[in-house]
Amino acid sequence: MSWETVIGLEIHAQLATRSKIFSGSPTRYGADPNTQASLIDLAYPGVLPVLNEKVVEMAVRFGLAVNAKITERSVFARKNYFYPDLPKGYQISQYELPIVGEGHLDIRGESGDVRQIGITRAHLEEDAGKSLHDRFDGESGIDLNRAGTPLLEIVSEPDLRSAVEAVTYMRKIHALVQYLGICDGNMQEGSFRCDANVSVRQRGAELGTRTELKNLNSFRFIEKAINFEIERQIEVIEEGGKIRQETRLYDADRDETRPMRGKEEANDYRYFPDPDLLPVVIDAAYIDALRADLPELPEQKCQRFQDDYGLRVDDAALLCETRPLADFYEAVAKATAADPQVAANWVLTNLGGQLNRDGLEISHSKVSPGQFAELLDALSDGTVSGNGAKEVFEAMWQGEGRAQDIIEARGLRQISDDTLIEALVDQVIGEFPDQVTQYREGKTKVIGFLVGKVMQASQGKANPGQVNALLKRKLDA
Amino acid sequence: MAYETLSAQRAALESGEVSSLDLTNEVLANIQEAQPTLNAFVTVTADRALAAAKASDQRKGADRRPLEGLPIAHKDIFCTDGVKTSCGSRMLENFTPPYDATVVSRLADAGAIMVGKTNMDEFAMGSSNETSYFGNVLNPWDTSRSPGGSSGGSAAAVSAGLVRAATGTDTGGSIRQPAALCGITGVKPTYGRVSRFGMIAFASSLDQAGTLTATAADAALMLDSMCGFDERDSTSLAAAPPDLVAGLGKSIEGLRIGIADCFFDDGLDADNEACVRDALAVFESLGATLVPIELPNLHLSVPTYYVVAPAECSSNLSRFDGIRFGHRAADADDLTTLYRRSRSEGFGPEVQRRILTGTYALSSGYYDAYYLKAQQARQVIRADFTAAFERVDLIAGPTTPTPAFGIGEKVDDPVTMYLNDIYTIGANLAGLPAASAPCGLVRGLPVGLQLIAPMLAEQRMLNALHQYQLSTDWHTRRPPALAGQPQ
Repeated sequence: MSWETVIGLEIHAQLATRSKIFSGSPTRYGADPNTQASLIDLAYPGVLPVLNEKVVEMAVRFGLAVNAKITERSVFARKNYFYPDLPKGYQISQYELPIVGEGHLDIRGESGDVRQIGITRAHLEEDAGKSLHDRFDGESGIDLNRAGTPLLEIVSEPDLRSAVEAVTYMRKIHALVQYLGICDGNMQEGSFRCDANVSVRQRGAELGTRTELKNLNSFRFIEKAINFEIERQIEVIEEGGKIRQETRLYDADRDETRPMRGKEEANDYRYFPDPDLLPVVIDAAYIDALRADLPELPEQKCQRFQDDYGLRVDDAALLCETRPLADFYEAVAKATAADPQVAANWVLTNLGGQLNRDGLEISHSKVSPGQFAELLDALSDGTVSGNGAKEVFEAMWQGEGRAQDIIEARGLRQISDDTLIEALVDQVIGEFPDQVTQYREGKTKVIGFLVGKVMQASQGKANPGQVNALLKRKLDA
Repeated sequence: MAYETLSAQRAALESGEVSSLDLTNEVLANIQEAQPTLNAFVTVTADRALAAAKASDQRKGADRRPLEGLPIAHKDIFCTDGVKTSCGSRMLENFTPPYDATVVSRLADAGAIMVGKTNMDEFAMGSSNETSYFGNVLNPWDTSRSPGGSSGGSAAAVSAGLVRAATGTDTGGSIRQPAALCGITGVKPTYGRVSRFGMIAFASSLDQAGTLTATAADAALMLDSMCGFDERDSTSLAAAPPDLVAGLGKSIEGLRIGIADCFFDDGLDADNEACVRDALAVFESLGATLVPIELPNLHLSVPTYYVVAPAECSSNLSRFDGIRFGHRAADADDLTTLYRRSRSEGFGPEVQRRILTGTYALSSGYYDAYYLKAQQARQVIRADFTAAFERVDLIAGPTTPTPAFGIGEKVDDPVTMYLNDIYTIGANLAGLPAASAPCGLVRGLPVGLQLIAPMLAEQRMLNALHQYQLSTDWHTRRPPALAGQPQ
C-alpha cells in the first residue's frame, strides 16, 4: 500500500499592535489577570467594538507578501458559541469575505525542489481570553487580558505532504510575519499558534477523513505530533477501521495525540455579518502604498546576499532566517574589509554559537556589528591569527573592550613583519639542518615540522602563512 | 406648576420664575404619587436629581447650557453610571453600570437633570410594556389599557405630566407606538444619528435612541443635544446633524406629502383613519400637497423584522450568561447548567421566544432561507422608500392600527401583538427618521399621526409637525384623571 499524507495548517499570528483589535486596551503579555480588559473586552451591556485600523494594514501587508488577492470590501462576522473565555458569546471574525484571498508561498521540499504551497485565505479576528483550570480548587479562573487581541488566521491549502514540509512552511510563515513586523513570533507567549489538519490516503485516491491537531506550540512538537498522527491513521485503516473526524490534542510528555474531551458536539456557529461594524473598504491606492512600502522579503534578501556578497545559498538562507540576523550580518559585511563569506562564517558559527550558549537573541548581542567588523578586519589583514581572533572575540563578549585594544593588551598581535619572520626562519633553518636536508631531498612534508618550530620560536605570534611562504622560498632556493 | 412643555419649563427657569430645585422637587413628588398607579419608573434618583438641581441653580448667564436644570427621565435601557440599569429584566436586576451611555452623558452635559429610569418591555421586546419584570406600565388615559411599548414607561411619564421629556429607543416602533397610544410626540431619528454606545443592544441594525415629549419643538430641543457623531459607535453617522430648533418655523407651503394605500389597509380602525385624514387636511390647509405613492413591498415589513431583529438579539443577548454580571443561578454544578439556569431564570418568555426564533433563523441550513432572505427583503423595502422620496418630501399615515388596547388583551398572542408595529417597522428597516404626533381622540383615547422622512431629513420632519402643532391643539390634551379610574 502506498500512502500519501495530506496536511493543511491553520496558523494564528497575533498582530503586533499596541492595542486590541476592537478596543483600546493594551496587548502586552504577562500582565496580572484581568488588568488589561476594558468594558468592551468584558462585553458589558451597551458597549460597541471600534476597529483598530492598524490591523488592516498588517493583514494587507501579509497578503501582498504571499502574492494574495486583497479583498477591497471585507466584512466582519460573528461566530456564535458559549464559553466563559468568550465574553460576548460570539467571536468577531471574518467569514465569507476575508481581507486576504488566495495566495501562495514557495518552500524548499525535502528533495531540494521548489514546492508551491497554496494559501486559501487569511482573515482578521479577535482572540478569546484564557481559562485556568488548575489554579483554583474545584473552580476555573477566567483571565480576559487576551480577549480582543488581534489575530490573523492564515489557512493553507492541504498541499503539504509530510511533517517536515509542514514545519518548513510554518517556519517560513514564522519568519515572514516577523520580517513584515506584523507579529513577534513568540511561540512561548502564544503569539504564533498552529493547528494541523491531517489525513492519509492511497496515492491517487480521494481525500481521507482528516483530524485536527491542536495545542502545537513548538516546531518540534508539530513535527512529532503530525508524524504520530500519520502513523496512527495508517494503523487504524490498515486494521480495517475508519478515521473519526475529531479534534485531537498533542501530549508532548507521551508523544501521542489524544481526542479532545468536552467539545465533541459540532458547533453551529451561526455566522452572520456583525451589524456593529462597517465593512472594511480599501482601495487600490491604499494597497499600492502598502506594496511600495513592503520591506525586502526573506526570498529577495536571500537572493541578494548570494548575488551581492557571493554567499553560498545555504549560508544566505540561514542568515536570512530572521530579519535581525540578516540586518546584523549586512551591517558587518558593509563595515568590514574582510571577505563576505568569512564574515558569514564568523556570524553564523562564532557569534551564533555564543548567542546559543548564552540563550540570547541577536538583538541582545554583546558585540555590535561595528565592533564585530573591526575584529574581522584584524583577522583579514593578518593582525591576528584565526585562533587569536577567537580569543579576542571571547574577550570582547566579556566586555573587555574593542578588538584592537584587546589584541594589544593580550599581546596577540601576529608578527607580520617580513624582516622579523625572516630572522626566525633563518634561525630555525640553522637549528634543524637534518630536516632541511630531508626537505631538499624530496620529503616536502617535513616543512610542517619547520613551520611549527618557527611558530614556537615566535611564541605562536608569527603569521603562519607568511612563515610557510618564506620557509618554502628559502628551502627551495 | 403646570408647565405644559419642556420649552415652557425652560423659559420659566431662564426667567427665574422657578428654580430647578423647586421644579425637580415637584417632579419627584408627582412621580411618587403616580408610581403605584402607572408604575412608569423602575428607579427614581431623587438625591442625585436634587443635588444636580441645586448645582444647576448656581449657574448663571453664559454658564447655562441648552437644557439647564430641566428634569428628564431615561428609559432603563441606557446605562447610567452608578445607577441601576435593568432593561426591564430580572437578568439585570442587580446590574449597576460603571459608565454612562453617550445619550446620558450628552444630555447631562447639556444641563438636563435625570430624575429616574423608566420602565420598559424586557430588553425592548414588546409593544405593550407587559413583559417587564418590574410589572406592567399603565396608560394614563385609561389605566386598564396598555401605554404601548417598549418605551411604555417613558411615554406614560411624559403623558401624565410627570416629566416633560424622556428618552426612549425605537427598534420597530417602540418610541412612536407608545407616543401614539399615550397622546404625545415621539421621534426616532435617522439610524446612526444618535450614538448607541451604552444603549443595551436588542437589534443592532435597527435600534435607535430618540425622544418622548409633548411637542415637536420639545423634541428638537432634546435631539439637538443628543445627535451627532460618536467615535465609540462605528455605525454613528459622521455627517453633522442640523440645528433642529433653528429649523423650526419655516412655512410648509409646497411640501409634498406622500400617502400610501398600505398605511390605510383593512386593519386600520375606521375612527383612527378619520383622525389621520383630518390631520392630513390640516397639512393641506397649511400649503402642503398630498401625493399618492406606492410602497409595494411594505407588507414584507413585519415578517422581515421578525427574522432580522430576533436573529440579532439572539446574538446580542449571549453575553448575559451569569459569568461576569447580571443574574447568576445558584447551585449550578457545571457550566451548562449555570448557563441554562441563569438564562432561563433571568429572561422572561418573550425574550426567550425571540432568542429561540433568532437562533433558528441563523442556524445551519436555515440562514439563507431566513436571515439572508430577510436582509434582501430589507433592501427592497428601502428601495421602495427611496423611489417614493423622489416624488415626495415626507410620507404620512397612522402610527398604529388602533388606539390603546386593554392590558392582557394581546400578550398571549405574539403574532397579533407583533402586528401592532405594522406601520412603524418599515422606517426602522430602512433606517429612516420617523415620528408620531397626537392628531385626535377616538372614544377618549389618543390617536397618532406618523411622518416618515428621507435619511437625514429630521429638520424637515420636525418642522412639519411643529407647523401642524401650531395650528392644532391635540398635543395639549391631557389624560382626564390619574387615579386608576378607567374612562
